[in-house]
Amino acid sequence: MLVALTVAVAVTALALAAWCGFAAYRDQPTKDWHFIGMAVVSVLALAQLVVGVVRLAGGERPDQGMTIFIAYLIGAFAAVPAAGFLSLTERTRWGSVTVAAGAVVLAVLEVRLYDIWGS
Amino acid sequence: MTDTDRTGAPASTSAQKQQFELGTGPGRVLVWFYGVFTVAAASRSVVQMILDFDKAPLAYILSAVAAVVYGFITYSLVRGGEKARRAALVCCAAELAGVLVVGTWTLVKPSAFPDATVWSDFGMGYLFIPVILPVTGMIWLRRARRV
Repeated sequence: MLVALTVAVAVTALALAAWCGFAAYRDQPTKDWHFIGMAVVSVLALAQLVVGVVRLAGGERPDQGMTIFIAYLIGAFAAVPAAGFLSLTERTRWGSVTVAAGAVVLAVLEVRLYDIWGS
Repeated sequence: MTDTDRTGAPASTSAQKQQFELGTGPGRVLVWFYGVFTVAAASRSVVQMILDFDKAPLAYILSAVAAVVYGFITYSLVRGGEKARRAALVCCAAELAGVLVVGTWTLVKPSAFPDATVWSDFGMGYLFIPVILPVTGMIWLRRARRV
């Protein structure tokens, strides 16, 4: 479940990055549809955070330490919403670039999360 | 923050034209990356210092220093203005020097760093962004002066 969510978040994050990158390429700011996309990715990241905490509460332990695991879960959840807020105040193509960059950061965090959890 | 910026913007641009917004346009992307690296370096050093400081004190202190530098540049970009631009430019140069020195140091004498820092191996663990970021930042800050 956790690994499946990790893959799902990484894939949707990359799709979001491509989508917002395309918007930036066409010189457009983020629109409502982009924010819906960000919401979908954020909900998946939130689900991952909840599942991760439940697994920890169930006595399972990540390979590389619990503190780092929790820190990365929180970071993964916060990445796209933070970039989204920045793009709300930057109504140019650069707002779209910011969200695309945020989504790429999230995808990288997911790769790290996969390593940290192990198995 | 943004609300006050919006309302204050027309007055300040007419009052003094040289007041340039460093954190808008392409600068917004820099704010994002510097913000991310502030959080990454700060959380990394805090966690490692609490868990086992004695393992690699030099590496952890360097991570903390990096976090402070990143944090200050983020703040300067958001604040804007000529003074902040110069301060950020100095910090970007310091950051670049830090990456190059620590990067070379970790390659020449790995034993000095039992654990990695943000700047180890020229920031390879962070997709080399620690090297790219100060260069991009300095280009942006230099261009900002002419506008």
